This record gives sequence, C-alpha cells and structure tokens, in this order.
Amino acid sequence: MSIEVVMPQMGESITEGTIIKWLKKVGDVVERDEPIFEISTDKVDAEIPAPAGGVLLEILVGENQTVPVNAIVARIGEASEVGGSPAPAAAPEPAAPAAAASNGATAPVAATHIDEADVEDNDAEDVVVAGEPHGIRSSPLVRRIARENSVDLRQVTGTGISGRVTKHDILAFIESRKAAPVKPTAPLPTPAPVAAPVSAPVVAPVSAPAAPVVTAPAAPAAPAIPAYSASDAVDIVPMTSMRKKIAERMVASKHTSPHVTSVFEIDMTHVHKLRERNKRKFEEQYGAKLTFMPFIIKAVVDSLRSWPIINSSIDGDNVVYKKNFNIGMAVALDWGLIVPVIKNAEEKTLVGLSRSVNDLASRSRNKQLKPDEVSGGTFTITNYGVFGGLIGTPIINQPQVAILGVGAIVKRPMVTEDDAIAIRHMAYFSLSFDHRIIDGAVADQFMAQFKKTMESFKTTELD
Amino acid sequence: MALTTYLEAIRQALFEEMRRDPNVFCIGEDIAEYGGAFKVTAGLLEEFGDMRVVDTPISEAAIIGAACGAAMMGFRPVAEMQFIDFISCGFDMLTNYAANSRYRQGLGIPMVVRGPSGAGVRGGPFHSLNPESFFMNTPGLKMVEPATAYDAKGLLKAAIRDDDPVLYFEHKFLYRRIKEDLPEEDYIVPIGKAVTRRAGSDVSIITFGAMVHVALEAAEKLAAEDDIDVEVVDLRSLLPYDKEAIAKTVSKTNKVILLHEATLTGGIAGEFAAFIAEELFEELDGPITRVASIDTPTPYSPPLEDFFLPNAEKVAAAVRKLAAY
Repeated sequence: MSIEVVMPQMGESITEGTIIKWLKKVGDVVERDEPIFEISTDKVDAEIPAPAGGVLLEILVGENQTVPVNAIVARIGEASEVGGSPAPAAAPEPAAPAAAASNGATAPVAATHIDEADVEDNDAEDVVVAGEPHGIRSSPLVRRIARENSVDLRQVTGTGISGRVTKHDILAFIESRKAAPVKPTAPLPTPAPVAAPVSAPVVAPVSAPAAPVVTAPAAPAAPAIPAYSASDAVDIVPMTSMRKKIAERMVASKHTSPHVTSVFEIDMTHVHKLRERNKRKFEEQYGAKLTFMPFIIKAVVDSLRSWPIINSSIDGDNVVYKKNFNIGMAVALDWGLIVPVIKNAEEKTLVGLSRSVNDLASRSRNKQLKPDEVSGGTFTITNYGVFGGLIGTPIINQPQVAILGVGAIVKRPMVTEDDAIAIRHMAYFSLSFDHRIIDGAVADQFMAQFKKTMESFKTTELD
Repeated sequence: MALTTYLEAIRQALFEEMRRDPNVFCIGEDIAEYGGAFKVTAGLLEEFGDMRVVDTPISEAAIIGAACGAAMMGFRPVAEMQFIDFISCGFDMLTNYAANSRYRQGLGIPMVVRGPSGAGVRGGPFHSLNPESFFMNTPGLKMVEPATAYDAKGLLKAAIRDDDPVLYFEHKFLYRRIKEDLPEEDYIVPIGKAVTRRAGSDVSIITFGAMVHVALEAAEKLAAEDDIDVEVVDLRSLLPYDKEAIAKTVSKTNKVILLHEATLTGGIAGEFAAFIAEELFEELDGPITRVASIDTPTPYSPPLEDFFLPNAEKVAAAVRKLAAY
C-alpha cells in the first residue's frame, strides 16, 4: 500500500508548481517530514517534506516539470514494493503537462512544440489527459474541443461565469495559436506560455519618452521567429518559473505606472556611529546582528505616517490608503530575487525589526518562506548598495505606488555647515514613485522627512 | 386570399378530410348542432349530416371508446374533447386500449383525439391543461401540437391519415390570435418533423405550441437588447419527437433551453433533456435549462396566472444566464 506524494498548495491563489530538484531518488529511504523535493511556485521556492516514512517507490514528475496543485508526483511505500517503473529522466520540456502516469504506464512524450503531449491513448485511469486538467471550469463541449486540438485548458483564459472556459474562449485560443505558430523545428521545446501571457519583453527604446506603453496589450504580440538555434554558438536555457514571474511582473509594472525617480543624498554618519557603538552589545543582548536596514525601515515607516499616499494603492478610480505598514525588502538570491514582507512594521522596535530582517533574509535563502510572507506588502525597500551601487531607479512592486532604493554607504569629503571639510558616511537614496497619484512635491517632502529622520536617530532608540 | 386563423385552419382540415374520405367522421360533445364550444366544428353538420357529425353524452370514455370501435371497423374518427383537460376521463381507453391495439391484436386504430389545450385565457385549473406528459410514456400513441395555422391544418390532416391513434393538442390561446396565408392546395405536415422558426448561433430554445411565440418574442428582445442570437426550434410533434433536429441545433449553439407551458416537474422537457445528456453530452457548453410553468394547478386569478406561466421575460432571463455561462 503506497502513499501518494502530491504537489502541495503553497497559498490560496497558487494553482501549479514546478519541481526544480529531487533531493531523493527512487529506492531511497525517506523519513517522514524529511525534504524530498524542491518546488518553485509563482510565489516561493520551497522544500517539500515527505508525507510519510518509507521507500521512495517511484517518481512520476521529473525535474523542471510543472504540474497542477494536488497532482501526484511520487509514491512512497515499503521496500518490498520497489520495482515499479523507473523515474523519468529530467524532462527536457520545462512545462510538460500533468504527467501523473500510473505504475507501468509510460510517461507522456512531449509534442514538438507548445501543444501538450497527447496521451489520449493512454488508458491508465489516473493519467491527466490533455484538455482535462483537474479543477478548470469548462464544459463537456470545451473538454472535447480541447482533447481534439491538444489544448491544455490551463492556458485558456475563461470569460464565462466564475472564469469558466467557454466554447468561444477555446475557439479563440485555437485561432490565436494558429495565427502565431511556434516554429516546430525549434531545436529546444519552447516553454508553454503562462496562463496570462505578457507581451514579449520588447521594451520600448529608452530614448523614446512617449513610448506608447500605457495601453495594456490587448493580445500578446505575435512572437518573433526564434532568433537563435542550437547550431549558433549559444546555450539556450529555459527561464525558471521564478524568472518568468519576475519578467512578467517587471514589464507589467512599467506598463502600469509612470515611474519617476527622485534621489536624495543622506548623511549616514550618525547612524553609522550608533551602529558601531552598539553592535557588539546588541548582538550579545539580542542575538541579532545590527545592520542599517532596521534604521531605514523605521525612518520609512515614520515618514509614511506623514505621507500616507506613499503607502497606498490604486483601485480603479479610487486611492486605497493602507492603515498598516507592511514593508517589503528585496532579497537577492543566487537564482533570482524575492521580496519578503515585514508585516505591521509600525509595531516593531529596532530590535524587533532587526530580528525580522535577519529571519526573513535567511529563510529567503533557505527557501523556507511561507506564501503569506511574500504578499501583502504596502511599500518596498531594495538595497542595491550591498554590491556598491550608488544610485538606482528601482521598479515599483505592484500594486504598491513607491519603492525606496538604498545606495552604498561610502565615505566622502563633505562641506559642513561651518564651511569646513569633513569626512562623512554618505549614501544616495532613490524613491521611484507612481506619478499617477504621487506628484514630485509630495515625493520629495516624504524623502526630506526620511532624510531628517535618518540623520537624527536618537541614541535611546537602541535601549 | 384572406388570412386564415389557427382555428379556421383546423376547421378547414376537418372539412377537407371529410370530403376526401367518407370514412372520416367527427364525434364529441356539442360539436354538431352547437358547432363546438369554440366553433371549430361549425358547419360540419350542415354539409355532412348527423351520421358523420355525432353529438354524444358527456362521457369522454364513451367518446374515445366509441371512436376506437369505429376505427377498428374501418372508420377514421376524429374525437373532440371539449377541453383537453377532460381527456383524463378517457385515459384508460387511450393508454390501455388504443395505444396497445396494434401490438396486442394487430389492429391499428386510426383515430384522432383532438381538443383545446393550454392556459393564458383565464380558464383556471379545469380548462387550461397541457396534458402531454400524461401520454409521453405510452408507446403506441402519437402526439402533436401545432404552433401556426399552417401546421394546425397540415398536422391535423396527417393525423387523420395516420393509421394509429394520434393525440392532437390545439392551443386555445392561439385559436384566433394566429393567422396566416395558407396554400390552396392539399398539404400535410409530416408527424415527427420539427422546424426551425428562427436561426441563431448562441442559444437554442426547443419548444412547441403557444410557447413558440413566447420564444420568438424573447429572441427578438435578446437580439435587440443583449446581442444574443437565439435559435428557436418548434418540435410540432412530441411523440415521436425529432431527435435529428434537436441534435442539429444543440450541435450548432451548444447551449439549450427547453421551454414548455406545462408545469416543470415531470414535464416532457425532462425527456428531451435526458436525450440531449445521453446523446449530445460532448456538444454541451452549458447546463440544459428548462423553462416551464410553476408546479401548481393553473390559477384562476389573472395576476397569478400571469405569474405562473412562462413568458418572454422569464425566457430571456434564462437565456441570458445560459449565454453567460
């Protein structure tokens, strides 16, 4: 009697996940709760623990395959049950269909292009055939059309009641697919398009300030014929799901908000001294490293209180002011970027903020964030200064309306008020803001207050 | 040529068939001297005499029983129910005797039982019935219900010429409201064949009788207000019903409304729905939807009767919901 291991639901809105790495192989003994594979979803990457102890009998979904939530990805059982089908090799196609082939059934072979593998003839009962993914609302007719045309319904946007895929939706999808065929001779399979394809990232030239990017693309632009083939001196590597998501979000943000960036130069000497004086004691007392970030967050929250528009969102014709200050902080990862959120930062002391910053950063790198910890942000801080960057023009993390970039803190000769030249710890802070609702005067007053707060932290803040 | 009403079309069919075939005769309550409660048979007595236009006592069992016997002796009787509601008094004759006869003893019964059906004329519970579901489950019977004057005439002629018992339901609401130009020459409308009254691409309404006009009114309204293109199929024959026509329209629009004036629960729309679900499941892009009268006896009160019956507004609402599905 084997136990099925399924793709877990990593948050309410998550519908699918990609297995990025198997940590165990078929035949390995696994303990209950021992991580057995790593997944990547729209929101987080995570290690997934075994639901039960035993022997990993079979792996049904290879690395780099994307399957819907609750699809069976492996079976765990007793050692005597070993001898099922071998694990499929890491699939060459990055987004193959839900390939929960049952014991003895061959895993579906991917078609040559974006069409889903045709597994109609496979009569194994638990095979998820093309066109009939679990949980997609459609109709008997739509499922038949999907089957006949090898359409994965997850790719079709439904316009019926409750997002149901209607006859018109699937016919339009097939029509658009015909209009933009993917060159079947492409040497590598093209990743299946995500549910809501954004237009190819053909960014308007920087020199064209009036580039018509405001109108949302009604339909994805027809993809260009692949510019590269394997015979060229190139490596063609499919984007990870995180990378695709980042790409999608960045383009969408630039399409949504007219970005303006204002840069302030801030004297960090005072905070630097505070930190130098207290960091050892702080670490001994609280077991946490004292960095600049808690100071920055505290000053940000303080300034947001005075300028609530910066802590808002746009909803249609309304401005939605957020009463909580949930501060996202961008964390660079070897494999991308993630923005964990410190919820209710206004309720935290410098000590509490330090703990949160350290905890979220380390769990970001260990892939242990929960989906709720990367959502709900009201304002974001990105610290490119860690690598020496001086000035940046960050992209707003939608649906927020502003983002603060932190440049490197460097010693500079500065002219003091009494006309002396002094060595000060200086940093440039950039605020990118959404000019739809935030005007330059408001943004700069926010930054002026932020600067003042940063330059005048009281020593008692650390007590 | 003057326009012919639905009622007049029925009368014409009776006259023409009685002239054509001396074995055709009419039998019923008050059909001779009085010319029938709705004057459908007015003038028959004068032309054909009292041997072929027979008044009877108030006994539907006797009327249908006598007609069955006459049919077995080679006649082609047309029995009138003064209101179709009272056909239930002849239920035993129809279901246990007429319907079985060909199978039991090799004797077809070429009889028509006709009468005014339907509501909308403030007739209350005794004079408004649509009894088709009572007979739907009786193999051996045929059942038709015309929606137009052309069909009223053509279907009655086909029924009279048919060698088996045919129930012919004429909707009294349509008697004098529907008129059209009819061809001079002899014609029949074949039993078992539906007709498309309005071609459309978004949603099909399958209906019959007076509801055809309700469906067409709803279709015009939906085309004008919602840009929904409705196809209206008039079944005309209910037993046997035109499965081919149903398959054709369902495969075209993939969304289907079944509309009848009889009450919902156990109504014959259920039979059509079952057929569609069994045979056309993979053509469906939305739930098979029934629109019918509310499950009560037909109310006397005019506002209540209006509330009880399907109308264009109710049909349009169902279509809108299904179109958006």
